[in-house]
Order: sequence, then C-alpha cells, then structure tokens
Amino acid sequence: MRVLGIETSCDETGVAIFDDQQGLMAHAVYSQVDIHAAYGGVVPELASRDHIRKTLPLIRQVLDEAGLDKGSIDGVAYTAGPGLIGALLVGSAIGRSLAWGWKVPAIGVHHMEGHLLAPLLEEPSPQLPFVALLVSGGHTQLVDVTGIGRYRILGESLDDAAGEAFDKTAKLLELPYPGGPELAKLAEHGDPGRFRFPRPMTDRPGLDFSFSGLKTFALNSIKTALAESTDPDQARADIARAFEEAVVDTLVIKCRRALRETGRKRLILAGGVSANRRLRERMSTAIAAEGGEAFYPQPALCTDNGAMIAFAGCQRLRAGQHEPLVFKPRARWPMDHLEAVSSS
Amino acid sequence: MKLLAIDTSGDACSAALLVDDRVQQELQIAPRRHGELILSMMQSLLDDSGLQLHELDGIAFGRGPGSFTGVRIAASVTQGAAFAADLPVIPISTLAAMAQGQFRRRGQRRLLAALDARMDEVYWGCYQIGDAGLAELHGEECVCPPDRAPLPPTSEGWAGVGPGWSAYQAILQARMGGAVETTSPEAFCEARDIATLAATEFSAGRQLPPEQAIPIYLRDQVTRTA
Repeated sequence: MRVLGIETSCDETGVAIFDDQQGLMAHAVYSQVDIHAAYGGVVPELASRDHIRKTLPLIRQVLDEAGLDKGSIDGVAYTAGPGLIGALLVGSAIGRSLAWGWKVPAIGVHHMEGHLLAPLLEEPSPQLPFVALLVSGGHTQLVDVTGIGRYRILGESLDDAAGEAFDKTAKLLELPYPGGPELAKLAEHGDPGRFRFPRPMTDRPGLDFSFSGLKTFALNSIKTALAESTDPDQARADIARAFEEAVVDTLVIKCRRALRETGRKRLILAGGVSANRRLRERMSTAIAAEGGEAFYPQPALCTDNGAMIAFAGCQRLRAGQHEPLVFKPRARWPMDHLEAVSSS
Repeated sequence: MKLLAIDTSGDACSAALLVDDRVQQELQIAPRRHGELILSMMQSLLDDSGLQLHELDGIAFGRGPGSFTGVRIAASVTQGAAFAADLPVIPISTLAAMAQGQFRRRGQRRLLAALDARMDEVYWGCYQIGDAGLAELHGEECVCPPDRAPLPPTSEGWAGVGPGWSAYQAILQARMGGAVETTSPEAFCEARDIATLAATEFSAGRQLPPEQAIPIYLRDQVTRTA
C-alpha cells in the first residue's frame, strides 16, 4: 500500500509518500521559520495562510521526486490533531478532498503518534513493546507502547515542554528565533562546571516533568553572571551549557526510571528535541548501561514532517481503518484515546 | 458546461452543480460544520446527475472575503478535488455572489454588498448587473470602517445586500446619503450564484491551475507589528 502523508499542524508543511513494500519514496518539508521569526513565535493565522500556498506544490514535488503518477496512490493520511486548528484544517481539507477525488481511503493521523512511530522508519527498527520519550516544543511525554494505537501515558510535563524551555531560555540569552538549536550550538562552547542548574522533580518518585523553573533559574544566573563577568559571551555559553545539562540529565533520569518501572528494554526518542546531540549521546550511554537500547529517527524526521504521517497512516489504513467523507481536525486530542490497530 | 461550485465563507455551507443552464444546489446553515458537510454535498450532487468528478470542466469556490477559516476550507477542498481530477479552478468573490443572488431573487441591479468584517469594519463591494445579467464590480473591493465605505457611482437606486447592513445599518445609511433605497441584510453567499458567475469566467478562459485556489482575505494586516 502506497500512502501520501500531509502534515500541517504548526509551522512546517510536510508531504511524503510511504510504501509498505518500498519504504519512504519521497519527502519534502517547507519551514515557515522566517515568517514567524519577526514575532518571536508562531502566529497561527500567518501559519494557516502559508500552508494553503505550500501544500499542493509540495504534493506535486514529492510525486515528481518519487517518479510516480498520482493514480498510483492507494491512500491519503493527514494530521488531524493536536495542533493549531486553522493550520490543521488546511492539510485535513486538502488531504480528505484529494482522497475523495482519487476514490481512495483517507485517515486522520494523531500528530504525536506520527512522531512516536517515526523511529520505525529506520533500519534496524525497534521491536515492540518499547517506551517512547516524545520531546518537542509542544510536548514532553513518556509513553508505554505495546502496539500501534496502544499507548499508556507514563508521565508528562506539568508546565513547559522541554523544547519550550529551550526556546524560552534561548530568548533570555538573546539568541535568534527559534532558539532551541541555537542554544545547543552555544552550549558546545560552555563550561559545564561553572553553573549548576536544578534537575526538577528527579528527587521524588514519578515520571512527570516540570521545566518552567529552569528559565527562571536561567534568568537569575544571567543577571548574576553579567554583573560579575568580564566576558559576557562566555557567561552566556556557560549558562547555555548548564541549562542543557540540566534538561538532558532530567530526561535521562526519567527515561531510565520508566524502563525500570515497565520492565521494557527498548527506548525510542522522537520529536524536535530528540535531534539534540548531547541528549542522544548521554541517553544512549545511560540506556546501554541498563542493558537496554535507545533508538532515534534520523534528524530530518525528528522535527515535523509528512513521512511520519504517511507511515502512521499506512499502518492504520492497512488495518482497514479509514475516515467517512468528513474532515474534522482537533486542536486537542489525548493520545491514549486512539483506536488500537489489532494486527500488530 | 459542467461546473461544481462551493461556498463555506460564512455560517452557510453550500454546493452547486451547473450543467449548461441548469443549476442544482445543496445548502445548510451550519456554523463550524463545513468540514462535515461539504464533500458529502458535492458527492450527492454528482450522484444525482450521474456525473463523475473528472467529467466536469472545473471547480469554482467562494474565494472570500469572509471568515478566514471558512474561505480556506473552500479553497483547500477545491485544491484537493481539482488536483485529484485534473480540473482547473475558478475563484469567485463572495461579495459578487451575494450581489448576483440579490439580482436572482429580487431583480435589483445596483448592489452594495457588505459583510461584517468585525473590528468595526466591513468587507465592501459595489456591483452593477450588466446587460448579460451578471454582477460587475465597480471600483475595488475593500475592507474599511463603514463610515468610510466607498460611495457608489450614482446617487440613487442602490440596494444594500448582506449582513454588513445589519451590523452597521445606521452608519452605512448615513454614509450613503439617499443612495440606498432598500436593504437585505439577511442575504448571504450561495454556491449557485458562484456557479453562475464562474460559467462566464470559464467561457472567457479565466480558469486557473488547482494551486491557485487561494483565498482573497481583503484584510491582510493580521498582526500588530506586521
């Protein structure tokens, strides 16, 4: 089965074609970062206005790149939530209408399920069951995965998502938008020993997270350091390093704890923050020391993309699930309410 | 000529199928339920006519102004369906369609179409029905405060059309002086009138490729600092 996937939940337009025999045949992502940079964050109306200009040209592009005629598509998958409702509507309406015109089945995919299954696009891919850490600008969740659509939330952030904490702290450090990856770059030049940030909620049982306190700590550290430091650039790098260490440490501690509590051996990381190099190094080492193994999507598939939607949609379509002649995206959509796919 | 036309720019959701000089329409007043209805309406019209989507000559849609989300739904559905079936698209102004609808119902030929744009503004278009019985734009459509709406080219015999005339009745009447004789604030955009206007556009060769099914919002300032 060959599925076209469309992702428009936030500020990236992603389109891809996944074939269950031939794998990922083409994928393209258009990022709106430049549009939103002037505002320091995503402006929902501008995001919607751009998705409607980019989606169809990207669909043409991936069909061309894969050398496919559009008659060879067997199904259409689109992100139906959670996310910005106006942005979701564009991809859902285009996707559902394409499927209608092609007379093929359509499926609305949960954005986080897309992220969660993205590591299954890699070789070797992890065997089920596993624990997943979904870590992005909008989410920080630990999920026990026993099958496709069989998700149990083990813990999640009670306030800021990890990626959000990265972006907010980057803003305090006066880094350009979007700040998360910039902060990680700056951290490479930082001294890990100069500042010591807290590791929130690691000193008590449980698998929930809290990252909002870190930006306050960062703000105070910046004030102190700039008051006493002769080299403000070095101080910023040192703070970035200490912040990153704190987030990475916290995530590693909770993931190790999640594996112990569930008895799983495999951990997968997904979402934009899972592209962070320090996080990958530290996580792999820590999980290996537990006798387990960590899996990651390739960096291009960590951030929002159509490939993960095409892949997740393909699993569900193959199991016979599909949508009626309706598109009805949801801004909020709890992941543990998804229908299970019985065949896997 | 065979055209499908759709509109989701306001509280109504409608689809129409034009086959030569006959138009069939499905319409429901269904705020925020366009995504549940529009494709079924399109399918039902095709079923009743025995036509397949790919046998049509094109798809027309209400390109705005109107609810931002609403006009994007019509444009997105048009893009998807037209691309799938290799059809061209025909964007039609929702204000023009309101004026056309008023001519169809009441025979009025001088029409000032107004939608409530919120933020104390109206979407505004001045239309006259030409010899061919089709709404023709005078000047340009715009978004503006009702007390600065562009004046019509003559000073009498105009009809106010559309919900902008209930939201700003007194201000618009004062602004237009004695030019407005009747108002029909209950009028709204319907797909059948989009179909009528689109047929002429199509005959004139003004159809576009599917990716150019893009809304015209009129309000382009959506952030404070832009």
